[in-house]
Amino acid sequence: MNEYTVNDRVAIIGVGETTYYKRGQAPVPEFRLACEAIIKAADDAGIDVRDIDGISGYADDRNEASRLATALGLKHLGFAGMVWGGGGGGGSGAVGNAAAAVAAGYSKYCVVFRALAQGQFGRFGQAPVTNHVSGTAAYTAPYGLYVPAQWVALRTRRFMHQYGINQEPLAAVAMADYYHAQFNPRAVMYGRPLTREQYDKSRWIVEPFHLYDCCMENDGSAALILTTADRAKDARKKPAYIMAAAQGSNYRHNATVENSSDYASSNFKTLGPRLFEMAGIEPKDVDCAQIYEHFSGAVMISLVEHGFCKPEEIMEFVTFENITAPKGKLPINTSGGNIAECYMHGLELVTEAVRQVRGDSTCQVPDAKIALVASGPMVSPVSDLIVHSK
Amino acid sequence: MSAEKKFYLPEGLPTPRPARTGIDKEFWEATRRHELVVQQCNACKACQWGPELICHKCHSFDLGWRKVSGRGRLYSWVRCWNPVHPALKEACPYIVAVVELPDAGNVRMVGNLLGDPMQNPPFDSPVEAVFEDHPEATLVQWKVAG
Repeated sequence: MNEYTVNDRVAIIGVGETTYYKRGQAPVPEFRLACEAIIKAADDAGIDVRDIDGISGYADDRNEASRLATALGLKHLGFAGMVWGGGGGGGSGAVGNAAAAVAAGYSKYCVVFRALAQGQFGRFGQAPVTNHVSGTAAYTAPYGLYVPAQWVALRTRRFMHQYGINQEPLAAVAMADYYHAQFNPRAVMYGRPLTREQYDKSRWIVEPFHLYDCCMENDGSAALILTTADRAKDARKKPAYIMAAAQGSNYRHNATVENSSDYASSNFKTLGPRLFEMAGIEPKDVDCAQIYEHFSGAVMISLVEHGFCKPEEIMEFVTFENITAPKGKLPINTSGGNIAECYMHGLELVTEAVRQVRGDSTCQVPDAKIALVASGPMVSPVSDLIVHSK
Repeated sequence: MSAEKKFYLPEGLPTPRPARTGIDKEFWEATRRHELVVQQCNACKACQWGPELICHKCHSFDLGWRKVSGRGRLYSWVRCWNPVHPALKEACPYIVAVVELPDAGNVRMVGNLLGDPMQNPPFDSPVEAVFEDHPEATLVQWKVAG
């Protein structure tokens, strides 16, 4: 234990998810998906779902904590929290909020969840149609700059220009995700392997992103249960102890109209080092990493800003061999991630990190003890998580 | 841009309208006059973009506008192939550019890069503003300086 109050005092004791569907394919409403995932996570943890007394969410989740507490008949609600901001930047941050609530005694069993049904609601990759636009969007939308793929591409291209990087590290990430998904029956792309030729021939979405460099859009829900290290001893499965979980953002990262002070950044420059300090470990101690990939190109920048390699080393470090399980130097996104398992706004990366350290991943890294999750590169806030097993 | 093409992107995209707070009224009035202005703090002279209600440097609420040359640097650009809006169905590919303005504290603006959508201009190329008049507002586009 160290001074950081969450380190080893809180553990993730259960994970659960619904069937993952392609966008618009979920046969039931989003709220029901959320309930199902929470019930499954409680079952995995070996607790009665009614004993959950904390609910932690992110990305402005539509399924409100109080509605969930009411529908699930929770005995009482001791904590309800939300990480500001849209997108996947809050995934690990929601775990951090839950961990803080558990460490502070606000909640005995806190659930973190995300639910999405894009058939019931709008799509992420398409713009709303309006006649007029004002405010920040007035400086971007009339020029056809609308969606994350585009502004992530703008930042990635600047980074590639600065460090002389070609398409190879991007392809490696997409190929690794698809490779790992072939072992994972939960993955939407299970049974649909990707060849390098298919990758190269796939259409551009926005250069430098081919179709396969982009996350999917999906329906489904995932959830996990946190409790104190003491209570975790009675859990059904091996607990994943939290070493560190935190949110962060660089100086003025969210300055509008592409005015981040450090433009070609994943926004992990200040959080990455702080995370390792909280955890009391170094990047070389990490056995596998789940690095949010809304778009493949952001992964290499996240790896750099967490200290896994220098920008000048990307071309040698981010290769298919190095980032795939079981033998890679740093296996990443071992469930298939946002690109090939399911775009559950990165919560599937957290459930995979838990599975890796308890030893039941479908693409197990041998003897994995420490797993890192990086949530939501380039958005603000971003967040990070490190879990380990004992 | 071909002679018969009125605008770089087809009509049907939303038209800018000044924000209700009045924060950027001067900007959209200036583009109508084919002038480019950037928000500047009257107290410490720091520039910022997009406009905000407070100066991020000195926290003054006394903010004004600085007229700039319209010459900038091509900081980043991407070629977009996926129609993310129905009006863009026939418009792909098109180029979105991020331009840095050295005479306004290196603030950045977004626009389209006029000309052949298949051009591959080097990063940091000099660019200049081109005003594109629409019925209700004037957009700021960019072209590689000749």
